[in-house]
Amino acid sequence: MDLTPKQSIPAAESTRFPDEVLERVLTLLKSPKDRNAVSLVCKDWYTADSWSRRHVFIGNCYSVSPEIVARRFPRIRSVTLKGKPRFSDFNLVPDNWGADVHSWLLVFASGSPFLEELRLKRMRVTDGSLEFLALNFPNFRALSLLSCDGFSTSGLATVATHCKNLIELDIQENGIEDLSGEWLSCFPDNFSTLEVLNFSNLITDVNTEVLERLVSRCRSLKVLKLNRSSSLDCLHRLLTSAPQLTELGVGSFSQELTPQQHAELKHAFGFCKNLTVLSGFWDATALNLSAVYPACSGLSFLNLSYTALQSQELASLLPHCPCLRRLWVLDSVGDRGLEAVGANCPSLEEIRVFPTDPFDEDMLHTVTESGIVAVSQGCPKLHYILYFCRQMTNAAVATVVRNCPDFTHFRLCIMNPGQPDHTTNQPMDEAFGAVVKTCKKLKRLSISGLLTDLTFKYIGEYAKNLEALSVAFAGSSDLGMQYVMEGCSKLKKLEIRDCPFGNAALLSGLERYESMRSLWMSACNVTVDGCKALARQMPRLNVEVMKEEGSDDCKADKVYVYRTVAGPRRDAPPSVLTFSSL
Amino acid sequence: MSVPLEHDYIGFSPPPAEDTSMEKTGDIKPISALTMNMKATELRLGLPGSHSPQRDDNGSPELCIALPSSKSSVSRPKRGFSFAIHGGSGNWVFSSPDTNFSSPRNNPSAVANSESGQDGGLPNQSSPAAPEKKNGQAAGPASKAQVVGWPPIRSFRKNTMASHPSPKNSDVVEGGDHHPQSGGSASSSSVCLYVKVSMDGAPYLRKIDLKTYGGYKDLSLALENMFSCFTIGQCGSHGVGVGDGVSESRLVDILHGSEYVLTYEDKDGDWMLVGDVPWKMFIDSCTRLRIMKSSDAIGLAPRAFEKVQKQ
Repeated sequence: MDLTPKQSIPAAESTRFPDEVLERVLTLLKSPKDRNAVSLVCKDWYTADSWSRRHVFIGNCYSVSPEIVARRFPRIRSVTLKGKPRFSDFNLVPDNWGADVHSWLLVFASGSPFLEELRLKRMRVTDGSLEFLALNFPNFRALSLLSCDGFSTSGLATVATHCKNLIELDIQENGIEDLSGEWLSCFPDNFSTLEVLNFSNLITDVNTEVLERLVSRCRSLKVLKLNRSSSLDCLHRLLTSAPQLTELGVGSFSQELTPQQHAELKHAFGFCKNLTVLSGFWDATALNLSAVYPACSGLSFLNLSYTALQSQELASLLPHCPCLRRLWVLDSVGDRGLEAVGANCPSLEEIRVFPTDPFDEDMLHTVTESGIVAVSQGCPKLHYILYFCRQMTNAAVATVVRNCPDFTHFRLCIMNPGQPDHTTNQPMDEAFGAVVKTCKKLKRLSISGLLTDLTFKYIGEYAKNLEALSVAFAGSSDLGMQYVMEGCSKLKKLEIRDCPFGNAALLSGLERYESMRSLWMSACNVTVDGCKALARQMPRLNVEVMKEEGSDDCKADKVYVYRTVAGPRRDAPPSVLTFSSL
Repeated sequence: MSVPLEHDYIGFSPPPAEDTSMEKTGDIKPISALTMNMKATELRLGLPGSHSPQRDDNGSPELCIALPSSKSSVSRPKRGFSFAIHGGSGNWVFSSPDTNFSSPRNNPSAVANSESGQDGGLPNQSSPAAPEKKNGQAAGPASKAQVVGWPPIRSFRKNTMASHPSPKNSDVVEGGDHHPQSGGSASSSSVCLYVKVSMDGAPYLRKIDLKTYGGYKDLSLALENMFSCFTIGQCGSHGVGVGDGVSESRLVDILHGSEYVLTYEDKDGDWMLVGDVPWKMFIDSCTRLRIMKSSDAIGLAPRAFEKVQKQ
């Protein structure tokens, strides 16, 4: 029974807050999901939220236009933008695809010049954009670029030169044109506000004296991640002047040290009582690694994935890290190294094992099903796994999830496409069946190995909380994808490559795509006609097809479908066809 | 006899019939060079294992540097370490073409993405076998090497690991020993690894950075390019007919089709045949290279074999 408007007015008035109070209250809500929910309550609350929203997260830069964002949130201070489809990390997306940040900066400069923070992932960023950013936003203080491309160290130089209040400069895993280390020298002599400095992505040397002076000036520096060419001498001096660091990325760890130098370095690490995160370590030797032991007692995240440690080296290091919650390693540690993990890391929540040599035929470095089982036996709190391996069995995966039923992220990559269980020669269907049946909280799943439609049937039936699914070289028919589209009501991101799914499969998701962020399908059996049919029926989806040279006119080689309120994009290159019913 | 079976660095592709099947269990392990070619290492005059069908077929002399290679493997046309004027019929097979996922399309993209911070001289390939593909060799139709973007590893990580490949292999380092960071130790230093390369009969030497090559294949191609100018004149017009003042040893070599072998001097000062040991072990121990006339290489192979046995 609805209240009539007449009855509801007194109630509304008596609970009406002045706008300022409401806004003040709302700023205490940090989660974007909560803020979104608040904005749907009523017009007043929508308006209050709009004026008070300080941070916006946009998971797909084309789902909305910069004008719409600026209009709705006029006082925005912090923007997180993600651009290209994730498979662009693996070179499946053409370079000129789009996701250029510049149009966003232009709009913000005129509407919200008080922008302070910009975090970009998989966007195209040019030096021109970086310069524009540095010159047009006087309060700008935090820049984070992850997996972006299009800029060079010159762009960084303009940021260092002009952003007087910079607190954060975080440059990770980008396709950056590394011209020189001069950019670091562009920070003014009196500049001292930096709290986060991550230049581990960069190859060229920076001036160590400049770096040391900068670090000693910035008393609030908490996060420092050096690049590979940083020497151990430099590291020693930096540690001595910045013992307050909480996150440290060391440079190359391969220099030969005299016993004296080694002792001094170890001593310097001993000063750093607040370290929770350690990374870097390119080419670490066993001996040098022992210098970090004094700093490991409070360590929660250890990233050793850039150095090919052997099992013994890892086994020597781990007992010094009793609080470890996240560990990234290379498969050079082998199953024995993973046994050491199981034996020494009872609090471990996340493990990622990367391949030392993805194309290694000699199989000198590898982990097997035994390794992952060993970890699961010793680490019952495990909820995140990323595991690259060359062999796996259904039984092992079942054991792993029995030991650790709380997985939220299960990403298994058996590197040989379509490889079955190596002991039974059966498909890996039962492995992933076990995962989805046991792990009720599963949000992200990546599957691999020889898989039939049965895997997808299991996923559709059991993975009710699944939000992201990544599929490659799997499935037998359209049914596979249909099971998932029908069953996984919370699905947000689906990426598929090299699977036998055609138009029927694509169209089976009609009901689902508007509640998803995006769908990627490449090297499947979808045709251009199928894409057109999808676009015709769903006006609020952009259906994009990337054509490859020399392919059939009717084949849709790569398909990218996403919901949007901004209509078809106008900056697509010629190789990208956009289908829309508008 | 204690021939190590598990390390094979000169890939012998399985016989053609098996090639086209998708590897299900990943056990395409090339047959060990050493088990196959005990005989090969006994060959004196020639080069270990250089009875290639092509050689027999065309009979024309080719200047080729040979490594132990199986008969069956040579039947697949491959670019090996070959100075052959006629090109194409390499008789070194370093790795089976079917067992890797090098992504040739990755490489141009990587360049386009301007990951140009890497060492200048570094070929922008993340896999030792990638050059195999780039040269358009006729690999088997189900060659998995053509899979783009697989396994799903970000370019940054691939490039980081590729430019500084881990030299450690479990034989050498498992005890957790500290090993010296000398220039020759390819393990953890990011310095270059320049070694001199001499060729018998060439007027000057060359220097190459072993770190820039992903494997034996890369190396063989590079050396071929570098030294081909010296061999052209010598290859000349020796036809099938012999006896026009050609020395007897040369005659034998020509018939076998390979005039040169690639050897290297290791840290102990011994001259070894290139290709016996894992690539990483090789660059760890190699101090110089010599392209030796095969006639001078008599007696080298058995020594190489003994040496490996000791390891």
